[in-house]
Amino acid sequence: GHSLTPPVPISIALCIKMSAISASEKVDGFTRKSMRKAQKQRKSQGSSQYRTQSAPVELSPLPQLKDAPSTEQQELFTQKLQQCCMLFDFLDSVMDLKSKEIKRATLNELVDYVSTNRGVLVESTYPEITNMICTNIFRTLPPSDNPDFDPEEDEPTLEASWPHIQLVYEFLLRFLENPDFQPSIAKRHIDQKFVLQLLELFDSEDPRERDFLKTILHRIYGKFLGLRAFIRKQINNIFLRFIYETEHFNAIMSIINIHDYLVHVVCLSFCTVICLMRSCCFSVCSIINGFALPLKAEHKQFLMKVLIPLHTAKGLALFHAQLAYCVVQFLEKDPTLTEPVIRGLLKFWPKTCSQKEVMFLGEIEEILDVIEPTQFKKIQEPLFKQISKCVANPHFQVAERALYFWNNEYILSLIEENIDKVLPIMFGSLYRISKEHWNPTIVALVYNVLKTLMEMNCTLFDELTSSYKAERQREKKKEQERDELWKKLDELRLSSAALVQNNSHGLPSLSHVRDGDGRFMAKKKKINPKE
Amino acid sequence: MAGADGDDSLYPIAVLIDELRNEDVQLRLNSIKKLSTIALALGVERTRTELLPFLTDTIYDEDEVLLALAEQLGNFTMLVGGPEYVHCLLPPLESLATVEETVVRDKAVESLRKISQEHSPVDLEVHFEPLVKRLASGDWFTSRTSACGLFSVCYPRVSSTVKAEIRQHFRTLCSDDTPMVRRAAASKLGEFAKVLELDYVKSDIISLFTALASDEQDSVRLLAVEACVSIATLLPQEDLESLVMPTLRQAAEDKSWRVRYMVADKFSELQKAVGPEITKNDLVPAFQNLLKDCEAEVRAAAANKVKEFCENLPEDNREQIIMTHILPCVKELVSDTNQHVKSALASVIMGLSTILGKDNTIEHLLPLFLAQLKDECPEVRLNIISNLDCVNEVIGIRQLSQSLLPAIVELAEDAKWRVRLAIIEYMPLLAGQLGVEFFDEKLNTLCMAWLIDHVYAIREAATCNLMKLVEKFGAEWAQNTIVPKVLGMANDPNYLHRMTTLFCINALSEACGQDITTKQMLPVVLKMSNDQVANVRFNVAKSLQKIGPVLDSNALQTEVKPVLEKLATDTDMDVKYFAQEAISVLVLA
Repeated sequence: GHSLTPPVPISIALCIKMSAISASEKVDGFTRKSMRKAQKQRKSQGSSQYRTQSAPVELSPLPQLKDAPSTEQQELFTQKLQQCCMLFDFLDSVMDLKSKEIKRATLNELVDYVSTNRGVLVESTYPEITNMICTNIFRTLPPSDNPDFDPEEDEPTLEASWPHIQLVYEFLLRFLENPDFQPSIAKRHIDQKFVLQLLELFDSEDPRERDFLKTILHRIYGKFLGLRAFIRKQINNIFLRFIYETEHFNAIMSIINIHDYLVHVVCLSFCTVICLMRSCCFSVCSIINGFALPLKAEHKQFLMKVLIPLHTAKGLALFHAQLAYCVVQFLEKDPTLTEPVIRGLLKFWPKTCSQKEVMFLGEIEEILDVIEPTQFKKIQEPLFKQISKCVANPHFQVAERALYFWNNEYILSLIEENIDKVLPIMFGSLYRISKEHWNPTIVALVYNVLKTLMEMNCTLFDELTSSYKAERQREKKKEQERDELWKKLDELRLSSAALVQNNSHGLPSLSHVRDGDGRFMAKKKKINPKE
Repeated sequence: MAGADGDDSLYPIAVLIDELRNEDVQLRLNSIKKLSTIALALGVERTRTELLPFLTDTIYDEDEVLLALAEQLGNFTMLVGGPEYVHCLLPPLESLATVEETVVRDKAVESLRKISQEHSPVDLEVHFEPLVKRLASGDWFTSRTSACGLFSVCYPRVSSTVKAEIRQHFRTLCSDDTPMVRRAAASKLGEFAKVLELDYVKSDIISLFTALASDEQDSVRLLAVEACVSIATLLPQEDLESLVMPTLRQAAEDKSWRVRYMVADKFSELQKAVGPEITKNDLVPAFQNLLKDCEAEVRAAAANKVKEFCENLPEDNREQIIMTHILPCVKELVSDTNQHVKSALASVIMGLSTILGKDNTIEHLLPLFLAQLKDECPEVRLNIISNLDCVNEVIGIRQLSQSLLPAIVELAEDAKWRVRLAIIEYMPLLAGQLGVEFFDEKLNTLCMAWLIDHVYAIREAATCNLMKLVEKFGAEWAQNTIVPKVLGMANDPNYLHRMTTLFCINALSEACGQDITTKQMLPVVLKMSNDQVANVRFNVAKSLQKIGPVLDSNALQTEVKPVLEKLATDTDMDVKYFAQEAISVLVLA
């Protein structure tokens, strides 16, 4: 691993001269120029594939398509496609300059040819076209310099061969969008394997490439009905892998910090997930909207086993808006999903990350905005237990976000309808916070909320106020009883552990412990029937 | 057993279950963690008839609670009445093995594996194996993933018909349509192969291995490489060529660098598993390719294995293979563009000298060591220096000393304090190997310079280093070379340097002995008790406490005691505190 940390700022002083190397160079907190340069060098990267091919042959220019007689155009088109299968090393910027330029011009010409001409996509060209595309874009992406690459924050490593690859993507798009394009012929080439390889490219750090990939994936999804289920399933798999393998792996990694390279080996890069989430959410939603009720099991499963668990992702902030939108779309389509969705969110409710908690509260409000009153009744108890915890959160942003629910007219009406259920859950926290919270804004907000709730049901409010103290005492007493119970149980365990040691084969005998604890047992027995 | 058949209402289960149902997750978690206590209180029979059904039916909970539950149940055999009843634990563990959360599932599988050993062969077939089958044919991928880890534990102890079924299930999972399941199956392939009869390894496992090794997903293929080691170990030599090698060759040239990385990473194991003949014919060229791979990650992983690979080559023509095939690649790696690659190589390259012997080392390896000692990356240089002992045995360190010195000096002054710290830690070792003369001449100044480094960690390490040097070279050496310099710092205008004198004295007094301590160090310490900086004064008190045991009682009474008494009346409360502490520890009151 990297035992050496980044340079620490070092004060200039205390340097004694003892060697020929100049002192200023040593105490200078910056690494030497040569080292900085070495680190910066890899800002762009090529695929790790072309090097395994034999060295490129020099290309010679072919005549222009538009100058060729129409009888020969088809043949020339094919030749040009074949010519474009030659791959070049772009990390070496001076190598094969002439051939690179010929290929670039040819690709441009091809893009132009398929977008402006009609009748050029005859059946025999399909294999040549897809072969050229596959050869160019499907490549093994090299290891990432930064395993925690964040597409929003980090400087991306750009694809070195972009001058060619961009045109190939462009060509693929024009090909798919050509009015003569026939999915029934193309499906022999644009098949499941093609889609899989396409999805793997989403790991590219180059945002320009991911943009193309998104559009292309949408086109393929739109044109190839036979591939739709497959695409959905593969996207599912990517998400599931991210949730249940990569995130899990990351969590372990951060604890034990094994060899850095392993991260590259096992991890699926986070940017794939973000990008797919952002681009696919909308397509998934449009699919959902397109389907008749009841929703297919597959889609419900996507909601419950993919979208909801995705809320646990470390980088949730990067795609939460899309995720929440998607969830709400589902609920608008099928309100009966409300209860499981909210229960799911409650299960994954953030425990230590306030920023995420605020996001969850935002999503809950969006859900409550569209909730049906009957659904609200089903979920109000667990939901308001969580909200009451949030209101009492010492982090003022969390408390504030939760208290803002009381500014929402529709939520207020739901609360009013169910005040006898909601108020008892909320009262304790609100009452305590009104006295204890450190932040004056929160205290002011809590007073307003208490006032609103009081106006909804004055009698209940008074009852709760007067019983508040007694209630707290009862809680305390219960806690004491619990402590006592566990203390007794622990004694029991200790004494049997001693017995087990003496008698390693037989089972722990409890007989003498029972005698010793007879009285306690009797007491407990008396308490129990009431409960 | 007495607990179960006596008074069986020892504790009302409702009270305990209330604890397991508590609204507060933390309390629920605490209760689950003490589940064994609850079971103990209930007795074995009620644990079986009441607690376990409750756990199976009603617990759907936060993953944290489920994790604790899964772990607890693995140790529950005695609490349900011993091996005879252990199958009662299967239903709750089965449902835990199907949950989504990976941590919980893994723990449930771990517990299931554990209790499988406690099943009798009959119970294994009646209860355990059906569970594995249910998991293996579950709808959702999580249960199928879990099943993969359970085949190998039940296979050896069931009848041959059941064995055939298990093999069939494993086969199915290896071609599952979710990559998650295929990955789980691939990662258990080696383990499963180990418990299979050799004939089935050849007929079943090999075809699965070949299929997984050419899976469409590289994450599956790379796991097959791991299995390759186990499988190759199981097969007789004459079958390896036809059954394993085609797949291994293909993996070493896989288009995904992740797979090639895995091959490089497992190279030593693979080498041992396939034996000397195949190593000579196949692995040597494959290793050369990995050392020349286009991805730095792969090269670094291979570079790490250079020494082990060479060591394990068949002895009859080891030297020839290294000299003609491996060394040329190693030479290129010395000037690799990636620092991780060079650093990985530097950590093992010195080990080659023992394998190649004196002459080859001097002629071929020495230039490489020297080149790496001059590398621009400090980690490379450090890795060379930290392995000097390997070369020392073969050619003696003198051969290197000319180049060693500038390298050490440069590291000693590196801008990163962690680099400086690392080199200090090798000083005692270097001193031992270079000898006292060379040390005095070249390195002593460095060691003293670290004492006034501006990073405390370095000054501290430098102090400790001096102590180790004195232990090595003796008190007389100390008296002549380092003690005067250390004591000279007592007059430094910087109080941090004055304190360093005290820290050095603390470290050195014991190694230097009573004479030097009393005659040379003590006067300096006592004089410093008048320092105007309180930190220095209380460190004087601490030093006196530390060196007290080395002094004779006369010096303690006549010289140390008055000074400590004076410090005990100091205006600064810390000085007072440490002076009083010293007085009481040295029993001077």
